[in-house]
Amino acid sequence: MTDIKAEAAPPVIEVKNIVKHYGSVIALSGVSMTVSQGEVLCLLGDNGAGKSTLIKTLSGVVRPSGGEFLVEGKPVAFTSPRDALDAGIATVYQDLAMIPLMSITRNFFMGREPVKGIPPFRRVDFKHCSEVTREEMHKIGIDIRDPNQAVGTLSGGERQCVAIARAVYFGAKVLILDEPTSALGVAQTSMVLKYIHQVQQKGLGVIFITHNVRHAFAVGNRFTVLNRGKTLGTFAKSEISLEELQNLMAGGKELQALSHELGGTI
Amino acid sequence: MAPIEHKTADASKADERIKQVGFLTHMMRRPELGAIAGLILIVAFFFLTADRSMFSLSGAMTILAPASQLGILAIAAALLMIGGEFDLSIGSMVAFTGLIFGVALTNFGQPLWISIIVTMLLAAVMGAINGQLVIRTRLPSFIVTLAFLFILRGLTLVGLKWATGGSTQLRGIGEVAGNGVLKHLFSGVAFQDFFSWLAANGLIEKFDNGVPKVTGVPVSVVWFIAVALLATWVLLRTRIGNWIFAAGGDANAARNSGVPVDRVKTGLFALTACAAALVAIITVLDAGSTDARRGFQKEFEAIIAAVIGGCLLTGGYGSAIGAFFGAIIFGLVSIGLTYTKFDSDWFQVFLGSMLLLAVLFNNFIRRKVTGER
Repeated sequence: MTDIKAEAAPPVIEVKNIVKHYGSVIALSGVSMTVSQGEVLCLLGDNGAGKSTLIKTLSGVVRPSGGEFLVEGKPVAFTSPRDALDAGIATVYQDLAMIPLMSITRNFFMGREPVKGIPPFRRVDFKHCSEVTREEMHKIGIDIRDPNQAVGTLSGGERQCVAIARAVYFGAKVLILDEPTSALGVAQTSMVLKYIHQVQQKGLGVIFITHNVRHAFAVGNRFTVLNRGKTLGTFAKSEISLEELQNLMAGGKELQALSHELGGTI
Repeated sequence: MAPIEHKTADASKADERIKQVGFLTHMMRRPELGAIAGLILIVAFFFLTADRSMFSLSGAMTILAPASQLGILAIAAALLMIGGEFDLSIGSMVAFTGLIFGVALTNFGQPLWISIIVTMLLAAVMGAINGQLVIRTRLPSFIVTLAFLFILRGLTLVGLKWATGGSTQLRGIGEVAGNGVLKHLFSGVAFQDFFSWLAANGLIEKFDNGVPKVTGVPVSVVWFIAVALLATWVLLRTRIGNWIFAAGGDANAARNSGVPVDRVKTGLFALTACAAALVAIITVLDAGSTDARRGFQKEFEAIIAAVIGGCLLTGGYGSAIGAFFGAIIFGLVSIGLTYTKFDSDWFQVFLGSMLLLAVLFNNFIRRKVTGER
């Protein structure tokens, strides 16, 4: 893969020494990272490492207590998820992305329904919406029988793919994927990973949050490891092995020892 | 998917990748199916047991008039329920706005149009307060609006005694309301000319002097149908409609997608209160008076009608047309029993069983259709 953009363009997202306090709790104590176009940055870390707080900061849900946050080289201060969306940063949450009782089409266009006609007769062109939805889903290899079927009828992997496809369709520059594979089976996971790869090749930046090193290694270009609210380091794929990454993430040698005991299955 | 081999120009335009959805599946997916099925069952029941006069034009109007008043409330309650909230203060809101309307007309001597605007505005504000309280405190709307059920009922009583000098009924509203075009928008019957014409041509029953037995359609029925059509259009065809489903389906997911959930919910509370005000205006003008018991228990009846119509108590699913049929079922059962040999004391038993059946049926259908496990 040689599609990492030349250094001339500033990274799509750059954060420097981001700090976030919740009262007396320090969730992030100086995290730095960058994401460029056409790159998959994997954000790794065990529970409580600060992954969630970091993505909430990036997606405008919470405001950082300190540090710099640049989008395409310009400093930003988001006050709502809408601001982040407008800046081209789309977040796909693990299970808060889709509404199971609503149709695929209605989910796909939720919050950004195209309208036609003049007020007060403005209406949503659902026929067009359904066509677009089917088209976009077909592009990523998911054949939906009927875009009016409820999202609840889709598998977990398909739901994640619909959520990603929606973000891509609405012109996201950066996708933040919050543990998109953690609740999925093997086949479903590979479907989502394949799609992440596809999105990257389109030139989008992807921040892929996971605690599964294998999933990260399958699609990532670079890996940023978080531990206890700090960045432990960022590594290109060529600089680090899967085992090293695993150990770094677990934060010590104990896991390695345990891994030997269990015959290297962790 | 196997590629289709002999594509004509037409077939390639058509959605060859879609399996044709069966008519049955398509029907099953509609939330109002239960209500329609229920309506057919109930009509069949009364057809077998009730007096034939129930199925005459005047019988139909007798049933539709109360059903329509409840229906306007039920449709608003359905929208609010789809949006994920309840309003238990609807009934008290009818009494309260009825009082405001009556006082504006009589005590303050305002013309009808000002009284209507004041009543509607005040209802919208009260509804919005309800909504904001629910949103800001994050308390269940059940509790917040239960509080308002009592607050508004109490305020109505206090206000009535203040306005009348001790009575719980405010009379004389009909006299001061005048007899203008505006009044006929909210009271009496519509399409009188048409009904006279029908009678003159012997198409409907008439008295010996040529006056039709049914002089027209009650105005509330016209409002009922208009509200049902408008609400259905908004729900199914507009952006706000999509936002209502989204807000009730999963408020967090909706917010993350940029849906202004709080504004949608506040708007729905205001709308529900305005529906209560509309019913208050219609019933107060018809009766020419208002009293403390107006709209009593209407909140439960409206919610029952909405649930029979296919609304989920947990939000995110339902339909306005369903609530429309739910209200008609309600009217049929409450009035219909008097046409049968059954004692009308059975009404509540009937109603409760129907509610239970409707909920079970709706749950079953929803699980089947949405593939929920």
